[in-house]
Amino acid sequence: MTPTLGSVQPVLQGRGLVKTFGRVVALNGADLELYPGEVLAVVGDNGAGKSSLIKCFSGAHTPDSGEMLVNGEPVVFRSTNEARQKGVETVFQTLAVAPALDISENLFLGREVRSKGILGSVFRKLDTKFMREEAARHLKELGIGTVQSITQTVETLSGGQRQAVAVARAAAFGSQVIILDEPTAALGVRESARVLQLIKDLRDRGMPVILISHNMPQVFEVANRIHVQRLGRRAAVVTPQTHTMNDVVAIMTGALTIDESDQALPPVSTSVS
Amino acid sequence: MSQTPTVAVDLAEEFMEPRTPLQRVQGILHRYPYVSPLVVLVVAMVVFTLINPRFLLPGNLSFLTQQTVVIGTLAIAQTLIILTAGIDLSIGAIMVFGQMVMANLAVSVTASNVLPIAGQNPIIAILLGILAAVFAGAINGFLITRFRLPPFIVTLGTLSVFTALTLILFKARTIQGPEIPEALKFLGKTIKIGDFALMYGVILMVAMFAIFAYILRNTAWGRHIYAVGDDPVAAELSGINVNRVIFSVYVVAGFIMGIASWIYIGRVGSASPNADPLINLDTITAVVIGGVSLFGGRGTLIGTFIGAFIIVVVENGLALAGLDQAYRVLAVGILVILAVAVDQWIRKVKS
Ligand SMILES: Nc1ncnc2c1ncn2[C@@H]1O[C@H](COP(=O)(O)OP(=O)(O)O)[C@@H](O)[C@H]1O
Ligand SMILES: [Mg+2]
Repeated sequence: MTPTLGSVQPVLQGRGLVKTFGRVVALNGADLELYPGEVLAVVGDNGAGKSSLIKCFSGAHTPDSGEMLVNGEPVVFRSTNEARQKGVETVFQTLAVAPALDISENLFLGREVRSKGILGSVFRKLDTKFMREEAARHLKELGIGTVQSITQTVETLSGGQRQAVAVARAAAFGSQVIILDEPTAALGVRESARVLQLIKDLRDRGMPVILISHNMPQVFEVANRIHVQRLGRRAAVVTPQTHTMNDVVAIMTGALTIDESDQALPPVSTSVS
Repeated sequence: MSQTPTVAVDLAEEFMEPRTPLQRVQGILHRYPYVSPLVVLVVAMVVFTLINPRFLLPGNLSFLTQQTVVIGTLAIAQTLIILTAGIDLSIGAIMVFGQMVMANLAVSVTASNVLPIAGQNPIIAILLGILAAVFAGAINGFLITRFRLPPFIVTLGTLSVFTALTLILFKARTIQGPEIPEALKFLGKTIKIGDFALMYGVILMVAMFAIFAYILRNTAWGRHIYAVGDDPVAAELSGINVNRVIFSVYVVAGFIMGIASWIYIGRVGSASPNADPLINLDTITAVVIGGVSLFGGRGTLIGTFIGAFIIVVVENGLALAGLDQAYRVLAVGILVILAVAVDQWIRKVKS
């Protein structure tokens, strides 16, 4: 069992990413690899640069330097739209939903579907009916929501329900990768369990997922590999099989360091169920 | 594909909970923010009619529509801008600027000692006046999006700039009705329906309300205006080019102001650089009374339409009731504060 790192093409890859905000160095030469079909957990202290790292891949940040590849192809994302066009969908820590718009409008925000024919081409009319049906279908597919609720504005939803909308949006449109930034941080036990189930569903479909989380039991439950972020760079990549939660926390805080050669290798079985 | 909705929760579940009557009212106002101004308008009209039956005479009603036409048209522009969480204090100054461009270009060379290029075809003059307003709106939009300056400050500045420019370029000279070609005054013409005089400008205003209500409701650009005003960061992360939306709103608003310039000449019959200096505040008043949130992202053009009428109806009704100007100003002031208070209350609906 000695697959080299080069044998499997990563879906997402970052090399030496640097991102600074004035004098704050959020990313200091960070690397990342996400392989097909895996759930990669990204853990680290507050301010370790987890959100900054994934925002580079989401198109929300443009790194100062470093290289990003999607399926081996170098990419430069100047906006979230450009990342979305490459099939990278993100559920941001802040959710990025528009509170005054309804669920269906939020699902299609920024990629609205126009009516067919002259109504759409000349009068720019949106196909609201189609979008509502699609939104209802997506929510139902994820086991959340009902058709009647699709015209409810997002601000009338609870935190968990908003989360569900943001996750549904990513799941509906993500074709290559889905990134979730602390999706359960604001949720209760029942709602967290639902999001976790959703991540498993995505994985079972063969969709690669990046999950940022502080919740170690959750991470150890769903992750294939664990990327530990520390001080703006990757400190280690481990697996739930080879390391304990205590090990991971120790790496996060710098109490334990892992040799380059001990880093977790890409998953051997990348077959999609 | 395994779908296991074992932990499924009905999104609507929480909304089946029993609610107090007050919460129900809050919910309705939240969903239809123009309901409260509509109630105010209807109540005001009933009360004013009871006080003085002349209020409902066709002659007075057509006067009301004509009083509303300029402020109503400008309030469309102000609504678009306020929906993006912006504000435009220069709206009246731009309207006057456009109007002076139109009039000065159209008058005959002998009448105008201001512009060497006077005596243009009136249609060209109108188009150039509208273009000037569009350009002025674009300047606002450019300053706001390019330099990230607050709209309040930018338009406070351009209010002075456009006002001064009008005085400098056009020598502070009022162009009297007889000097102005008919085409410029066209929108002031009326169709008589019995004693009711329906002004062309009023028809144009209503049409523009309808068109922009459609755009806000049914096009991606319209929905993006709401998203941008609601939460610009979320909108940007959702793939909307926030700056482009905001800039385009100021440009389109400039276009509407240009149309208002034309309507104004028709309504008043002359073109004065000192026309209606406080109309910028009146448009904001109309928008706020109409239930559009000054914080952006919430409100409808139906609300603004009603809001513009409320201002005119209250002024006119109190005048017919024999109250003097000070009380009318007081009444409108109280309405504004009430409207903002109601808006704040409605916004608390979010759990
Ligand atoms: N938009 C920003 N402007 C300024 N500093 C930022 C911004 N985003 C992140 N930072 C800083 O970068 C560092 C990394 O932040 P972040 O990536 O959010 O960490 P994490 O998600 O791991 O908690 C922090 O010090 C944070 O304050
Ligand atoms: Mg974070």
